[in-house]
Amino acid sequence: MQQSLPDEKGHFGIFGGRYVAETLMPALIELEKAYETSRKDRGFRDEFTYYLKEYAGRETPLYYAKRLTEELGGARIYLKREDLNHTGSHKINNTLGQAMLARRMGKKRVIAETGAGQHGVATATVAALFGMECQIFMGEEDIRRQAPNVFRMKILGAEVIPVASGTATLKDAMNEAMRQWVSRVRDTFYVIGTTAGPHPYPMMVREFQSIIGKETKKQIMKKEGKLPDILIACIGGGSNAMGLFYPFRDIPGVEMIGVEAAGKGISTGNHAASISAGRVGVLHGNKTYLLQDEHGQIRDAYSIAAGLDYPGVGPEHGHFKDTGKAKYVSIDDEEAIRAFLLLSKCEGIIPAMESAHAVAYTMKISPTLDKNKIIVINLSGRGDKDAETIIQRMESRQ
Amino acid sequence: MTGRIEKKFAYLRQKKEKAMVVYLTAGDPDLDTTRRLIISLDKAGVDILEIGVPFSDPTADGPIIQAASQRALQRGVTLSMILDMIESLRYVSDIPIVLFGYYNPIFSYGNERFALKAVKAGVDGVLIVDLPPEESRELRQYTDQAGIDFISLIAPTTNDERVRTISNNATGFLYYISITGVTGTSKPVIENIRKDVYRIQRITTLPLVVGFGISKPRQAGEIASLADGIVVGSAFVQLLEKNSGSKDLIRIASTFAKDIKNALA
Repeated sequence: MQQSLPDEKGHFGIFGGRYVAETLMPALIELEKAYETSRKDRGFRDEFTYYLKEYAGRETPLYYAKRLTEELGGARIYLKREDLNHTGSHKINNTLGQAMLARRMGKKRVIAETGAGQHGVATATVAALFGMECQIFMGEEDIRRQAPNVFRMKILGAEVIPVASGTATLKDAMNEAMRQWVSRVRDTFYVIGTTAGPHPYPMMVREFQSIIGKETKKQIMKKEGKLPDILIACIGGGSNAMGLFYPFRDIPGVEMIGVEAAGKGISTGNHAASISAGRVGVLHGNKTYLLQDEHGQIRDAYSIAAGLDYPGVGPEHGHFKDTGKAKYVSIDDEEAIRAFLLLSKCEGIIPAMESAHAVAYTMKISPTLDKNKIIVINLSGRGDKDAETIIQRMESRQ
Repeated sequence: MTGRIEKKFAYLRQKKEKAMVVYLTAGDPDLDTTRRLIISLDKAGVDILEIGVPFSDPTADGPIIQAASQRALQRGVTLSMILDMIESLRYVSDIPIVLFGYYNPIFSYGNERFALKAVKAGVDGVLIVDLPPEESRELRQYTDQAGIDFISLIAPTTNDERVRTISNNATGFLYYISITGVTGTSKPVIENIRKDVYRIQRITTLPLVVGFGISKPRQAGEIASLADGIVVGSAFVQLLEKNSGSKDLIRIASTFAKDIKNALA
């Protein structure tokens, strides 16, 4: 029998773990215990299901993208419509779970880091729902390029704290959130937005997000009478991908493909492809693939998609990569923009720039595939937030 | 083999003195200045030096040390250069040196290679902020063998059970973090330190030093009287930053060190 991962210390093979300052260790142990108790508690599970259905609007459709399928002329393409969740992305699945846990632990204050602002909005939303104080750390560069989400967080009552250090993007926001957590660890719950960070976060976020894959499994069986051949999802930290992949992880014949951001191209050094072009190291509480220089200093990531603009990746993806369970590829800015526009025009669905990376890889491989093959793309978020960036880029080219 | 750190605490105990530990970010303003500072601070009465290895993402540090790390990195300072600097220093100074920093630069250098090189350079201990006892084996299998002390942190949030585990696994001394926070940001409350130090000393026999938020001689004296010593970090780094252009930098730093050391009497 296969041993279930992570092990009791949070390791997925050589990846994961708990590399944090001593001040945070007791909080992580407390969180782990609270989480273990809650997941076994029927009341907690029922309440989580209730909020996912009545508040987030699950289940999300598994939509057969007929025109996209015809346009690409290969495999049958389905979109798992996580963009239709309340707040516009898959992030709400996780923030609902973590906020319920925070409430159980008696924490009245939540903090979070955000890149694209999707996780920030989802956290601000559940903080409002449960009457908690909320602080969101966001890089100044991201505040500039994802302005609509900043407005939403403010309207929801969260305080948005600009982070100017480093490249002023997601990594720096996470540094600052961790510093804030160290300083207020007794009354504050840190809502990490992806399957990364110290144990138990990667495991916990995976479980909250795995609703995506569980629904997909049921839905595709109903529609097609068989499981999909290929699952495709974008990878920043990797929570939407893990949410889709995890329930399929031990099923032979289902290929899982994670799409990283190649930014301006891997060879330019301006990218966010930690698995494709990074090496193993330790950052933000876990051991994983990182973009770093030869001396172990973390390099700045780059992607047009703020939510992928992170120099690391969730540890379980590292493990999936090394064991060959999943395959990891990359898509650059230009390819992602083309996919963004194609899906918008061809299906009337404006994807998040992050999700557009998954669509772009589908555009690459689908035409070569047999018509009876089935691809499921995780359409992890909606693209309203990116409209301004895209319009500006299009206008500057005219 | 008795190391420099153990010898130092034995000496201090005999003289009924408290340890003054100073933190410097290596390479801020430059490595040669760091080297000269170490030599002068040794003469000024500093007992142990913590040499900060700069890291791009110092999540346990406040703005002062973050900025110092950035300055050092911009100058191109690397772990390897820091080890070379310490090795060259050993001809003139025997002060105990603890490398203080984050795990990734060491992991990237290679744990075994690091342990061999560090002990050859004359490093006495390591304190790695993000390497708690649960994850430390991968490095300690090499540093223990090399005879390098593994200095461990205890926080106000650490319960007795963990204090025991940490203490049983630590060597050299224990470092009590006086505030629930990052370096150099808020002032510790004496009463809290008193209670925690008492609690920790009932469990451990290792020397216990207190750090984070200590910046003034009088405050240092008061806190040192509760434990075996104190660490001054951000206040020192800030002093260096303010005077980085000055010819008198070394003298100013030595004077500050003497003022604090005198207050520990």
